[in-house]
Amino acid sequence: MRLEPVQNPSLARKVLPPAIALAFTVLIASLLAMIAGANPFSVLGLIIKGAFGSKFAMLETLNRATPLIFTGLAVAVAFRARFWNIGAEAQLYAGALMTVLLGTGFLPWPSLALLPAIAFISILAGAALLLIPALLKTRFGVDEVVTTLLFNFIFLLFISMLLEGPLKDPMSMGWPKSARLLPEARLPRIVEGLRLHWGFALAILSALCIWIIQTRSTLGYEMRAVGLNKEAAAFAGIPVNLVLIKTALLSGGLAALAGFSEVAGLKGSLTLDLSPGFGYTGIIVAMLALLNPLGVVLAALFVAGIFVGADSMSRAADVPTYLADIMLATALLLMVLAIMLTRFRVVRD
Amino acid sequence: MEIVDILLSASFWAAAIRIASPLIFATLGELICERAGVLNLGIEGIMVAGAFAGWMAVYSGTGLWVGVGVAMLVGMLFGLLHSFLTVPFGLSQHVVGLGVTLLATSSTYYAYRLALPEVTSPPKIEAFQPYEIPFLSDIPLFGPALFAQTPFTYLAFVLVFVVALILYRTPLGLAVRAAGENPAAVAAQGLSVTAIRMGAVIVGSGFMAMGGAFLTMSAFDSFFFEMVNGRGWICIALVVFGSWRPGKALLGAILFAAFDALQIRVQQTGFGAEIPYQIFLMMPYILSIVALVVMSRRAEVPAALMVPFNKGER
Repeated sequence: MRLEPVQNPSLARKVLPPAIALAFTVLIASLLAMIAGANPFSVLGLIIKGAFGSKFAMLETLNRATPLIFTGLAVAVAFRARFWNIGAEAQLYAGALMTVLLGTGFLPWPSLALLPAIAFISILAGAALLLIPALLKTRFGVDEVVTTLLFNFIFLLFISMLLEGPLKDPMSMGWPKSARLLPEARLPRIVEGLRLHWGFALAILSALCIWIIQTRSTLGYEMRAVGLNKEAAAFAGIPVNLVLIKTALLSGGLAALAGFSEVAGLKGSLTLDLSPGFGYTGIIVAMLALLNPLGVVLAALFVAGIFVGADSMSRAADVPTYLADIMLATALLLMVLAIMLTRFRVVRD
Repeated sequence: MEIVDILLSASFWAAAIRIASPLIFATLGELICERAGVLNLGIEGIMVAGAFAGWMAVYSGTGLWVGVGVAMLVGMLFGLLHSFLTVPFGLSQHVVGLGVTLLATSSTYYAYRLALPEVTSPPKIEAFQPYEIPFLSDIPLFGPALFAQTPFTYLAFVLVFVVALILYRTPLGLAVRAAGENPAAVAAQGLSVTAIRMGAVIVGSGFMAMGGAFLTMSAFDSFFFEMVNGRGWICIALVVFGSWRPGKALLGAILFAAFDALQIRVQQTGFGAEIPYQIFLMMPYILSIVALVVMSRRAEVPAALMVPFNKGER
């Protein structure tokens, strides 16, 4: 078999493959629920109800989506330029670390000055962390996939070292946990009484900014050109390495905001379980969004919904929560296949 | 000097070989995939799946070698999925690989929870035991280090030899290497690039799963979450470090494992106790990055690595 590009894809060709991919994902999840001895319809119903069924569930989903929007944007920006940043997890912790360092009394400023300062320094920290793999790639040609992946392990151990050493809260007994943020360093709630903080608004704003950068700026054009064809971009006079480094700075900074928003908006202190893999899940979010920054918001809500829904489903139906991860991995693999089939036709020899 | 004493002890080198064994399997697996032109980032998840499958098979009553076979089969299934998406369809090897890692890991954890819903600590199995090879194991230093290991470790060394032999001395090996260097030439010979690449990924993934199974069936005797802990990513670095050659990859794995064994021992010395243990745990990952940087100038990357091949376009 071989693949042939389809010149003018019909509406059916554009819509059917993704729809079938989604249907297959649901089918596989149902089968797995049946293997676990549960009724598949009630499992799927419980997931949807647990994610969107009540005001509490909705807010929980929005809260869970917030870090995913940031990491999803970080991945989308990088992948668009074919810079494979798999290290959003480490960059998230870099932002969280800065938030704790500055927000526990180091800067005695009022909220309105303190929060932007912390956010800015967090962005710098995440950007700096990704700068190392970016320079290793542009200077020595070292593949960034492996270096960013390995950095996740190194940086988490670094955080663990700090939490058991200088950053350890003396009041926390044996548990490795940082001191709590000052009230001035906490992101307030958007509406008083509703458990949703300004981190969510910042995430939406970031998505809009990235969308504007990608569609309306020279840098956005250059990043797309480098991603489509490096040689052609270089031939056209685009400084490829510089664009890759700018991409990395932007991507690392976005991922770091996830850490800032989680610590300042939700948790109030830094622990080693701050992120249950938000950095890795950002890859799924970005791919489901087809690397579109506005799509990232929708994809993050969808992915967060599955996680939150699966949590409450697991309690009610006694099916392991890992069902959510399987669904997302399946959706990712089937979706990349489906997207390709909207543009290519399989021809038999 | 404490360090010299450590380096001259047989138990140190025995530990190094033991730590190297799972890396040897998985590095060989990745090497085969990449030699045929496919980067397999599913390695981390496939190792998790292999670790669970082999252990679970033995726990349910099969023999140890049957368990190894079960692990290999599970790995080959994920290899089939990976290669089906990346070879004939030419999808992004990065995205598919990470997707396979995620799928393999989460479905393993799901299966674990279903199979053992009640347990708080995972049950143990009767793992591979060391087998002292007569006469050879009596050689000072080398004997206890190399020839008093488990049969699973001996298999790792045999496999390096077999893979090198096939890659460099058989038409099949030539076809695999050519698929990674110049697929159009392979197609011109009337061979199917798709079949060669898919076969390489499937077999390679089987080896990765055996590397995972080594952890639960020889190095330890039980399955834990996060037990693979980045070893798959380290193996990808080892392939680069070994310049895509089985023999050099073997040396790289042993060197790397020796360093790992050394840091464990230095940790227990008076000097090591003053340093936070996390510094020691970081070492393998830092070492991998250093190895990548050092080798980057000399590496002979397969020319068609990560380049999909579609017969339609020339």
